[in-house]
Amino acid sequence: MHQAATAAHTSMHHSETVYELTNVGKTYGKDVVALENVSIALHKGSFSAVIGSSGCGKSTLLNIMAGLIPPSKGRVVLQDKPVLGPRDDIGMMFQQATLFPWRTTIENIVLPIEIRDGRTAAENAKSRAKELIELVGLKGFKDAYPSQLSGGMAQRASICRMLITDPAVLLLDEPFSAVDELTRDFMNMELQRICLDCNATTFLVTHSIPEAVILSDVVYIMAPRPGHVAEVVEIDLSRPRNLDMITTPRFSEIVHHIRARLDDEAGQ
Amino acid sequence: MSEHNSTELPLEETVWTQKVSWIDKVPRSVGIAMVLGAFLFLWWFLSTSGLVPSIILPTPMETLDDLIFVTENVLRGDYIASSLWTTMRTIFFGYLLAIVIGFGLGVLVGETGFGERSVMPLLVGLDTMPKVAFAPLFVAWLGFGIASKVALATFIATFPIIVGTAAGMHSADQNARMLFQSMGASRWQTLWKMKLPTGLPQIFTGLKIGAVGVMAGAITGEFIGGGKGVGELVRLAATQLDTPRVFSLIIYLSVIGMLLYALVVWVQRWIVFWKKEQVLANP
Ligand SMILES: Nc1ncnc2c1ncn2[C@@H]1O[C@H](COP(=O)(O)OP(=O)(O)OP(=O)(O)O)[C@@H](O)[C@H]1O
Ligand SMILES: [Mg+2]
Repeated sequence: MHQAATAAHTSMHHSETVYELTNVGKTYGKDVVALENVSIALHKGSFSAVIGSSGCGKSTLLNIMAGLIPPSKGRVVLQDKPVLGPRDDIGMMFQQATLFPWRTTIENIVLPIEIRDGRTAAENAKSRAKELIELVGLKGFKDAYPSQLSGGMAQRASICRMLITDPAVLLLDEPFSAVDELTRDFMNMELQRICLDCNATTFLVTHSIPEAVILSDVVYIMAPRPGHVAEVVEIDLSRPRNLDMITTPRFSEIVHHIRARLDDEAGQ
Repeated sequence: MSEHNSTELPLEETVWTQKVSWIDKVPRSVGIAMVLGAFLFLWWFLSTSGLVPSIILPTPMETLDDLIFVTENVLRGDYIASSLWTTMRTIFFGYLLAIVIGFGLGVLVGETGFGERSVMPLLVGLDTMPKVAFAPLFVAWLGFGIASKVALATFIATFPIIVGTAAGMHSADQNARMLFQSMGASRWQTLWKMKLPTGLPQIFTGLKIGAVGVMAGAITGEFIGGGKGVGELVRLAATQLDTPRVFSLIIYLSVIGMLLYALVVWVQRWIVFWKKEQVLANP
């Protein structure tokens, strides 16, 4: 991994840090230690993924970063301001699209604006929403109700909803694990395109090693009991990535390395 | 594989029909006519065969005669018409009050920890009581007029609406809650823009059960508290052993009940437009 690390470092050195976690810990109740000493720095325009076995604290980490739950220890700083609750410069996406069936696609997309600034602002945001709808390839479905969308299309709409507030960081918790594998590969490539287009800073939680590798500049390997970052792997595959890269030796080398590391951690 | 086989097998299309039992294929209108016909036949048979005395069970013809009499009376705007009007007003005010109170308490119970911990146990306790037993109390408090009947009708119809609303408030899933939380929505916004719309199907289930309860409450109130409603007419007819009249009044009451129910279903279909099929599936 050594050359990989230096290569990625030189390419990323000059971009600023958007999100910084320092020695973050989380204890549920009295003695369930979910996270310990987690330090993560996300650079502007970079794509990072966290991977780890079930129950190692990935969702806990993401929820702390989203301001949904408070940490027990450490510093959580986004754009030089401490995160003390939900913020509108954070965009989130979950496993389920969670579109509301009584709202059309475009009404679902402008919901965050409606919540933050009221109905008139939401109405004004519709022109921006239309651009996003085109960006994710949902043209012609802006007035459709969610029941008329397929699972993949619904996730595209929820990407738009996440992007409508122009967030500084995107937090994704296994966003495509509920769609079938073919759609998932395709959506991942779309996600890369959209993130590159918007120069988004993205943080992804996933269970899939190939998914983490094909999408990320940096992969954080997490180990359980208590949840901590066991290794940081920088991925030196060129951008834009495509699905053919999955068959390259470099790709399988990285995947093997991560899998071995995860197996090690699970064995302890 | 298939290429090998096709040389040996005859090239017939393998089109076949799935078996559907005849009872699942009967058209709706024919089915309803059949059931109604069988019911009327059974009624006619029991009442004319002498097995059941005619004072207990009038024949369909006697009932039809009386139904025509009642209908003429109603169309003339005579005393039965004004009784129907009284009962309908009781139902209207009773239902309206039940909706306002039931919805309000349902939101309180479903939304707040205070409501769930402190108000709900009291409501459950009240709900398990035989509510009809309160009728004499309502008469004592509110008199023999329409108010005591409205009170009983409201009392009976409110609980299912509370339960439906409270259950509806809990029906939003974890993802939707997290989403609203992450958007920084206030409690009020979460309630109006997410929890209530999500819970509408359950709220309407409560409203439909309440619509049945409000009818029962209004008529029971009139049985016990007298007054001018249809319930009083039914009681009078029964004491005079005028069973055909009891039957035709019951038919009128069930028409009112069905109209009220249909109104609720219609409103539900209009408001909860995104769940059309379910409206029919859980009547
Ligand atoms: N609200 C909570 N109260 C108490 N313990 C919790 C809570 N949420 C999570 N935990 C515990 O914290 C640990 C980490 O949970 P978390 O959900 O973050 O794991 P995860 O890595 O996201 O797992 P998965 O891959 O299955 O989604 C687990 O041991 C879990 O039991
Ligand atoms: Mg998780």
